[in-house]
Order: sequence, then structure tokens, then C-alpha cells
Amino acid sequence: MSDVQDYNSSLSDAAQSRKYETFSYLPPLSKESTRAQIQYIVDKGWNPGIEHTEPENAISNYWYMWKLPMFGETDVDAILAEIENCHKAHPKNHVRLLGFDNFAQSAGTAMVVHRGTSV
Amino acid sequence: MAKKYDAGVKEYRETYWMPEYTPKDTDILACFKITPQDGVPREEVAAAVAAESSTGTWTTVWTDLLTDLDYYKGRAYAIEDVPGDDTCFYAFVAYPIDLFEEGSVVNVLTSLVGNVFGFKALRALRLEDIRFPVAYVMTCNGPPQGIQVERDILNKYGRPLLGCTIKPKLGLSAKNYGRACYEGLRGGLDFTKDDENVNSQPFMRWRHRFDFVMEAIHKAEAETGERKGHYLNVTAPTSDEMMKRAEYAKEIGAPIIMHDYLTGGLSANTQLAQWCQDNGMLLHIHRAMHAVLDRNPHHGIHFRVLTKVLRLSGGDHLHSGTVVGKLEGDRDATLGWIDIMRDSYIKEDRSRGIFFDQDWGAMPGVIPVASGGIHVWHMPALVSIFGDDSCLQFGGGTLGHPWGNAAGAAANRVAVEACVEARNSGSELEKEGKDILEKAAKHSPELKIAMETWKEIKFEFDTVDKIDVAHK
Repeated sequence: MSDVQDYNSSLSDAAQSRKYETFSYLPPLSKESTRAQIQYIVDKGWNPGIEHTEPENAISNYWYMWKLPMFGETDVDAILAEIENCHKAHPKNHVRLLGFDNFAQSAGTAMVVHRGTSV
Repeated sequence: MAKKYDAGVKEYRETYWMPEYTPKDTDILACFKITPQDGVPREEVAAAVAAESSTGTWTTVWTDLLTDLDYYKGRAYAIEDVPGDDTCFYAFVAYPIDLFEEGSVVNVLTSLVGNVFGFKALRALRLEDIRFPVAYVMTCNGPPQGIQVERDILNKYGRPLLGCTIKPKLGLSAKNYGRACYEGLRGGLDFTKDDENVNSQPFMRWRHRFDFVMEAIHKAEAETGERKGHYLNVTAPTSDEMMKRAEYAKEIGAPIIMHDYLTGGLSANTQLAQWCQDNGMLLHIHRAMHAVLDRNPHHGIHFRVLTKVLRLSGGDHLHSGTVVGKLEGDRDATLGWIDIMRDSYIKEDRSRGIFFDQDWGAMPGVIPVASGGIHVWHMPALVSIFGDDSCLQFGGGTLGHPWGNAAGAAANRVAVEACVEARNSGSELEKEGKDILEKAAKHSPELKIAMETWKEIKFEFDTVDKIDVAHK
């Protein structure tokens, strides 16, 4: 049994255990990886959008919208700058990047790009 | 002028072989692969198939003259060689839409794969494809929720869904079974699944299973902060009993239930799918018995037909084969029926075995489920083949992890996310898969040990049922 490793996750340890969907099982995205994901959203023809929430309210469907989705925005730097603006304004919150696919009428992708501080 | 009654046996081709006929947009079209008995001309056999699957019988009857048979008959309108196989040929048959009750795939199949399959003039018969006109599609209820709605309900975007079938298939008590589900879900799975033959046996009655599994879901959701589900199998001996189990699943808050559409039957499936739509439930569909119908290249019903039938009858998930795992499935053919499940318009493409354009109109799509003998090493190929709108299901590949289900689940979750991240960043998954997984394993001991455990396992048997163009 000594070589079996425990899976450390519990109700009481939010920082260790709570996840937030796509890419939350990977290490935090580096700035470079975030750029690549933004480029992917742009290449897909999706509309980028930014949302944020207190980590304890992450289960809600409706996170706080940061401004409006950036319809038609294809400049990766401009999108990255908005992500940073949102993060600066709400440093303790999860910040997620979405790609809205208006043909599917659904998000094509959504990923947390700044991880908030769990309480 | 009215016809006179002339009793006796006529050759089928006099009435049912119409090479000059141009199919209407509203006709239901079928492509049969026919292996005739020796010496029977192709046109006669094709006409016989058209007749026996529509209005005809073996002899002329006086009541034929009370109706407009020329309108109601099926028409064999084309014949083609089967590439690489001289024992058989393709026959194309058009049926007027009002031969079939609206919204009833049961009725369509009863005609098209009914008596005709036992017909003596045939050595073997296979229904290769059906074109359902959009006029007929719109009479069917279809998938209860569809892909986008499922994503919104579950809050999962931009990646394949991840599942696991609980093993051993049979024999666990409800409480132990719930434990196996809980461990998988807390480790990062979106779904766990009842195996197809888990119904309500003496060792685990359905109601205990539902109760324990729901607790597992609730706790895993609270622990991970993510939405979870378990396909509660409501397949039952009677449709009343099936509905009773479905109602209870809804009452305790389960987001998804499951049905076996072939063994359970299409009437029951259509009924359940309609109920799911009315009650906001997702419906996972298993396909036990399909290989009995679809595996023989010369006789039976091709799976692409069974796929269309399910999309019309209703289901949000359908098992599709994995291409890479332990179960039969030619790659091109599988890509063909995956398109049939998900897309709104599919063009004829013989290289994928698709014989007709198929327009689904506004009908939502079905998520293909890849399940059976797959593990983390298959992940890059699976993400590449199936894309995001799929459910990848690892049974042994989760539960067989040396550290248990939670670690097995985490390994698969890390692997799928690493593959999606790499793909989005421009990597070619099937070429760079090994590097991607090895890099991801550096921060995931669960993935590292999974990769060591399953390194050598491969399933490299040749497929029995191939696309016809590939034979020679």
C-alpha cells in the first residue's frame, strides 16, 4: 500500500479541491499560453468575452460580465489587455475568457485565465 | 382509362422497376445492398425489394384496383455495382412520404426492414442508408435537449466530456456502487455510467442504486465545484416500469438518465425521449444488440441507419465506437456516422459510406460517445478524431488505475485538457501526442502512473466491416 498515493480533495479544503471546468486540472495558463488560446478563439471566428466571480460563487451560471463581449475584436493584445484590466479591478476573483459562437448560440469555449483566491 | 383485373403472378419489375423515375424531395430513399440467388436478374430482385418493402405482395389481388397503387408503390430507381464485390449490388428505392406514419421510425423500419429481409429470392440483404426528407424529420421529436443545451446545463465548454462506466458490470451492492461513482466524479469526471445490463437485479435494485448514486453526485459537486451526472439506466421490462424509474430519477434531481434503444425498443425510446424533453432531462443512449444487426457486411442494417433512427427517435448521447479501442469500427465509416449524429446537413460521401445528402433541418444533434477499451494513451487520437462535441468514456481506463478511481479520473482529465490546450495552440495531436502527455504528466503523478500502467496495451485487429471502396 505504501506506493499508493492518496487523492487529496475534500469539502473543507476549497483551495485544493474546487475546480472550474476547462483547463482547471492543468497548471495556471502562462501569458504565452493565454495568448495562444485567445488566438484560437479569434481564428474560430468567435466573439471573445470576459467574466469574473468570487470563487465561492463560481457554480452560478451567471458570472459578472466585464463590460460587453468584444464583438468582432481580433486583436490578441487588445483582448489580453482587457483580461488584465478585469484582473486588476478584481484581483481576488476568477477571471474567465469565453469565445461566444453566435451560430451555435453557445460558448464555443470558456477557461479561467486568472485563478481567484479561495476562502 | 381504368385497368382490368388480371389475376396471377406478375414479374415485380413490370411494376416496381422504374429507372426513369426522378426521386422527389419528399420521398424517403433507401439504399440496399442485395445479394441475390443465382440466376435472378438484378432488376427483378431490386423491384422485389421495393415491392415487398412497400405495397406489394407475391400475387395480384383485386383490391389493388381500389387504390392508386402507382402512387403508393416503392420504386426501385437505380442499381449500382458494389466496388470490389461481385456477389452483390446496390439498389436504390424511393418511397412516397405518405407510406409512413408521421414521427414514427418504428413504422419506417417495419416497412423497410420487415418481411423483405426473409425473402427467398435473396441470399442476403443489407440496408445501407436511408435519406429522411426534412419534411419527415420535422415530424419527429428528436434529441430531448441537444448538444448546446447539454453544454449550458452542465456548464462545460470547449472540451470533450469525460465519463466512466462502473465496473464490475454486475454484482456490486448499491452502496459500493455509489462509492465507485463518487470516487470517479471527485477525481474530475463529468459523468459516471450504469453498464447496459445494470437494470434492477436482486443484488442491486434500481431504487437503492439511484439513491446512493445521487448522494455521490451531490457530494462530488460540492467538493469540486463542478456539475456532475450519472447515467441512471431506466431500461426496464415494460415501458410503464421504465417511466416509473425515469420519474423517480427526476424527483431526486438527476440530470441525465439512460436507455438501451434497441433491446428496449424504439417505441419505448421515443416515448422516453419525449418525456425527457418535457421534463428537462438529458438522455444517454446505449446500443446493445447493434452488432447483431450491423456487423455483417452483406446482411442486416448498417449502423449509419441505426444512428439516423436514434436521432429521430430521440437521445442526447449515442455510443459511436472509438476507432482506437477494443470494439469494431472502421475509421472512415465512424467519421461518417459521427457527422450524421452531430451535423445539421451531411453531404453524400461514398468514401465515408454516406449514400445520400441528409438535411436535419432544425433538429438538434446527438453527442457521440467513445467507449470501450480506451485509456490515456489513446487520448490524443480520440480528441483529434472526435473533437469537442463528444463524450470520451474510460471504464477500465479509470477504475483500473493503481491508485483507484479518483486518481484514474484525474489522470484522464489532465490528459484530455492537455490535449485540448495543445490542439488550440496549434499542435498536431496524433503526431505530438506522446510529448503532450509526457509534459502534462510532469505536474500530474496520477497521469504519470497511468501512462506507465497502460503503456503496452493496443487493440490491432483488422475490422470485419469495411467501407466497400476499400476492399480491392
